[in-house]
Amino acid sequence: MEQVVIIGNGIAGITAARHIRKNSNAAITVISSETPHFFSRTALMYVYMGHMTFEHTKPYEDWFWEKNRIGLVQDHVKQIDTEKKQLFLDQSAPISFDKLIIATGSKPSFHQWPGQELKGVQGLYHKRDLDLLEANAPNAQVCKRAVVVGGGLIGIELAEMLHSRHIPVTFLVREAHFWEGVLPTKNAKLLNDHILSHGIDLRLNTELKEIIGGDQGKVKAVLTSDNELIECQLVGITTGVQPNIDFIKNTPIALDKGILVNKYLETNIAGIYAIGDCAQQTEVTGLRRPIEAVWYTGRMMGETLAQTICGNKTAYKPGHWFNSAKFFEVEYQTYGWVNTDKRKQEHEQHFHWQHPHEPIAITAAYHKETNQLLGVNVFGIRLRHAVLDAWLSQHKSLDYCLAHWADALFDPEFSNSHQKDLLNHYNTVFQKALKPVKKSWTKIFNPFSTKK
Amino acid sequence: MKQLQQLGIVLFLLGIFTFSSAIFMGTFSPTKAQLTALMTEKGISSKVFESKAVAALTNSSFNNIHSLKNALSAVVLKTNDDHRAAAKKKGISKEARKEAYGNIIYSAPKDLAFILGKASAKGLVAENSLLFFWLSFGLGIFGALLFIVPQVITEGPKGIKNNGIYKQNSTNRGFIAWGVFAYLIGFYLVLYFAPQYTIHWTLMLDPLSYALNGGPASQWFVYGFMYCVIMVVMAIRMYIKYRHVNYQILRTTSVLFFQIVFAFLIPEIMTRLQLPATDFKNAFPLDYDFFFSWNLNKLIDSGGLGLFILVWGILLTLVVVPVMVYFFGKRWYCSWVCGCGGLAETLGDPYRQHSSKSLFSWKVERWLVHGVLVFAVLMTAATLYSFFTGNTSLVGIKTQSIQNTYSFLIGAIFAGVIGTGFYPIFGNRVWCRFGCPLAAYLGFVQRFKSRFRITTNGGQCISCGNCSTYCEMGIDVRAYAQKGENIVRSSCVGCGVCSAVCPRGVLKLEQGPESGRINPTEILLGNDVSLIDLLNKK
Repeated sequence: MEQVVIIGNGIAGITAARHIRKNSNAAITVISSETPHFFSRTALMYVYMGHMTFEHTKPYEDWFWEKNRIGLVQDHVKQIDTEKKQLFLDQSAPISFDKLIIATGSKPSFHQWPGQELKGVQGLYHKRDLDLLEANAPNAQVCKRAVVVGGGLIGIELAEMLHSRHIPVTFLVREAHFWEGVLPTKNAKLLNDHILSHGIDLRLNTELKEIIGGDQGKVKAVLTSDNELIECQLVGITTGVQPNIDFIKNTPIALDKGILVNKYLETNIAGIYAIGDCAQQTEVTGLRRPIEAVWYTGRMMGETLAQTICGNKTAYKPGHWFNSAKFFEVEYQTYGWVNTDKRKQEHEQHFHWQHPHEPIAITAAYHKETNQLLGVNVFGIRLRHAVLDAWLSQHKSLDYCLAHWADALFDPEFSNSHQKDLLNHYNTVFQKALKPVKKSWTKIFNPFSTKK
Repeated sequence: MKQLQQLGIVLFLLGIFTFSSAIFMGTFSPTKAQLTALMTEKGISSKVFESKAVAALTNSSFNNIHSLKNALSAVVLKTNDDHRAAAKKKGISKEARKEAYGNIIYSAPKDLAFILGKASAKGLVAENSLLFFWLSFGLGIFGALLFIVPQVITEGPKGIKNNGIYKQNSTNRGFIAWGVFAYLIGFYLVLYFAPQYTIHWTLMLDPLSYALNGGPASQWFVYGFMYCVIMVVMAIRMYIKYRHVNYQILRTTSVLFFQIVFAFLIPEIMTRLQLPATDFKNAFPLDYDFFFSWNLNKLIDSGGLGLFILVWGILLTLVVVPVMVYFFGKRWYCSWVCGCGGLAETLGDPYRQHSSKSLFSWKVERWLVHGVLVFAVLMTAATLYSFFTGNTSLVGIKTQSIQNTYSFLIGAIFAGVIGTGFYPIFGNRVWCRFGCPLAAYLGFVQRFKSRFRITTNGGQCISCGNCSTYCEMGIDVRAYAQKGENIVRSSCVGCGVCSAVCPRGVLKLEQGPESGRINPTEILLGNDVSLIDLLNKK
C-alpha cells in the first residue's frame, strides 16, 4: 500500500488527506506537533473572546480520523531524508513515505527588534499563541495596556480580541492608513474610522523601534518611531507571516522564501510536494503572488494535489481571486482584483460608493475603456460568490453588474439592499441612466445559463 | 451604566423572591359557604363529604396550603371509602348502589385545594394582591429591563456580540445556570402537578383575568400571562442584540404578535363571549388533544363557530402547514408563529449554544422525534376510533389510558418540564428538536418537498464554527458550509442565527427553485473551473 505522509494538520494538509482518502486506498499519516486534531486557525480569536470553546474550532469530531483511516501522529519532524524517503521525529520512531506532502504553514515574522525575546511579546498564529495570550493578557488588571504592531488582518483581530476583554489597545500601523498595502485608500480610511470608533488608540505612520523590559524579563514599554514611550504589558507582533520551513533548510529540497513548487505543486524532489502557506509558486497564476498565506488557497491546493496523488495529474489553477475578513463589526469580501491606488493598473479605474453614516461601502474596479468589471470590494455587504465568479468569467460590464446588483446580494432576507442609492450615485457620477433589473432566480442559481 | 444594570439585577431578584415566596404565604380558613360553592363547582353531591369536610375544615385555620390539601385529601379518601363500602353492601337496591357509586369523588384533591384555598386565603398577599403584583411581576419586569436596555450602549456598536458567553457562569453551565435549571423545573412541576401552590399568583392576576375573560385567574391564566411578559422582555433583548439584522427583528415581532394575540388574548376574549376558546395557530399534532372527544363534542355543540374551528384545525394541519412549508420552509411556523418556538427564541436565546452537535445526538433526535410523532398519530387513531365506534378500548388498551400517558409524558413532562427547564443546560430547543411531533411532520415536508434551503456562499467558508456553535437545533452547519453544500435539514427551524453570526457572509436563508437545492460538492468554488466541473458532475 502506498504510504502518503503529510506534515502539518492545517487546512491544506487536512484537505489533501480527506480528498486522498475519498479517491484512494493509500495509507495516510498526518504529523503535527501543534495539536492532536485539526482545528480552524481562523477561529482562535473566538475562543479568547468567549464566543466558543477550543473544542468548537474542530471541524470534525475526534472519531472521524480513525473511521476514515487517517493516521494522526503528534510529533515534531526534525529531519527529512529525501534519499531513503524517511522522516525523523522528536519522540517517535522514523516514518517512511512514498509520497510526502509538506503543509507546515507559516510562522509570525519578527524583525529583530531589540527586546523581542521578552516575556509578553508574542505573535498570534499557533494554538500555543492563544494559550500564551490567555496567560499574558487574561484581563485588564493583569494587562493594563497592550500594543499591537502591524496593520494587517491578524493585527486587527488581536486588537478586537483584547478590546473584548476591555484591555486598552494601542495599534501601531506603519502605513498612512490601516491595510493600505492591500486596499484602496478610501476603503482603508473607512476602516481607520471604524477602528477609532471602538476606542482603539490607532497610530498611523508609526513603527516599533524597541521593546523595553522591566522586572523578571517582562515587557514594560515600547518605544515607537516617534520616540514615544508607551507603557504596556503585552506586545502583539502581527507584522505578517513567513513560511514555516526551518527544518527543511538542510535538505536538497529547493527553497526560496518558501518551498519552491511548480504548477503541479511538486518540489524539485520526486514524490515530495508542498501546499498551503509554505509553498512558493514558480509559475504564478495571473496577478496572484507566489506565496499566498490564505485559508482558501491552502484548501484549493489540498483539493488539487489530492487529484495528482490519486493518479489524476492536475495543475494548480485557481479561479478568480476572492477573499474575506471581518474588522470588528465590518464584514469585508472581495472578488477579482481591486488594486491599491499605488498599484492600480494602467487601465484600472475605481467607482466608489459609501453609506453617508454607516460603515457600508463598495469599491468596484473596472476597465476604463471597456467598462468591464475587474473586481469589487464590499464592506458591510455580502455578495454571492457564484454570481460574482460568473460575472468576472463572462467579462460583464460594470453597468451590467450594477443594474443586476440584486442578483449578487447575499445579505439576509429583509436587509436594505442600498441598490437605489448605489445606482443614483453611479448615474450621477457617470451621467448615465441605469435602472435596477429585478432579481432573477434563474440567473442566481444558474449564473452561466444563457436563458433570459 | 454598570451600576444601573446591577441595580436591575437586584430588583429582578427581589421580584423573583417575592413571586416565589408567595407560594408559602397566607392562612386558609374555609367557611361552610365556600365549601358549598366548591361542591357546586365540582358537582360533588355527597352528603358524607359535606359533613366530614365541615367538621374537618371549617372550624380550623390552616397555616399553609399544604396542610389544607392534606386535610382535604383525608376527607376525600374517607368519603370514598364510605361510598365504596356502601355500594358493595349486600342486599341493597339497584338505585341505592347506583347512588353510592355516583357519590364517589373523582376530582383530584389538589384541584379541590386550589378552589377552596383560593376562596379562603387570608394574609398579607391575599389582602394586598395588587401591591404584590407590583412587587413580584412589576419589580421583575422593571429590573430585567434595567439590566437589558443599557446593553444598547454597554455592548458597543450594533453587530454580533457573543463576547464572554463561554466565560460566564450563567451562559456556560455554571452554578447560576444550574440554579435557573432547577428553578424552571420546579416552576413547571408546580404548574402541572401542584396547582394549589399557585393560589397567590392567581390572586395577583385576578383583576386582569376578570377584565379579559370575565372570570377568576387559573394557574393557566398565570402561565399565559407570564409567557407573554417574559417573551416581551426577552424580545427587547433580542431587538437590541440583533438590531443590525432585519430578519431577526421581524421574526421576533412575529412570534411576539402570535403569542400575545393568538395564544393569549383571543382565547381569553372568546371565553368572555362564552365561545369555545381556541388558539387558532396551534396545529395538531402539537395540539395533541384537538381530536379528544371532549374537544370534538365541545366544538360540535357550539354551532357555527365550533364547526369552523374544527374545519380550520383539520385544514391547518393537512393543507396550510405543508403548503406553507413548501414555499417558506418550516421556519414560517417554528420560528415565526409557534409559541414554544417563541419562548425558545426569546427567553432561550442566551442558551442556544448548548445544543449538542454530535452525530450521536442527531441519531437520538431522529429516533425520539419520529417516535413521538408515531405515538401521537397512534393515540389519535385510537381516540377517533373510540369517538366514532363508542368502544372505549382498542386491542385491549383503554383509549383513555393512552391519552393519559401521552398527556403526562409528552404534554407535561417533555414539552413543559424538560422543554423549558432544560434551556440553561441543554439548549433552548430540546422539545422542538427531540419531542415535537409537529416539527417532525414539518421536517418531512421541508426535507423532501420544499423551496427552502440555507445557501452556502461558494468557497467563502473558513470553518470557524460560529454557525454550528450557535445553531439551537444542533445542526453541524459548518459540516455543510465548509463543503460548499447547501443546508437542507429537516430539523432546521430557520431562526437565521447561523447567518447572523457568520463572520464571512457564507450563509443565507432563502427559497428558490427546487432544482439544485441539494448540491453535494466535491471541489469548492474558487478553484480551477474545469476541475470543479469534472469532479462535481461525476
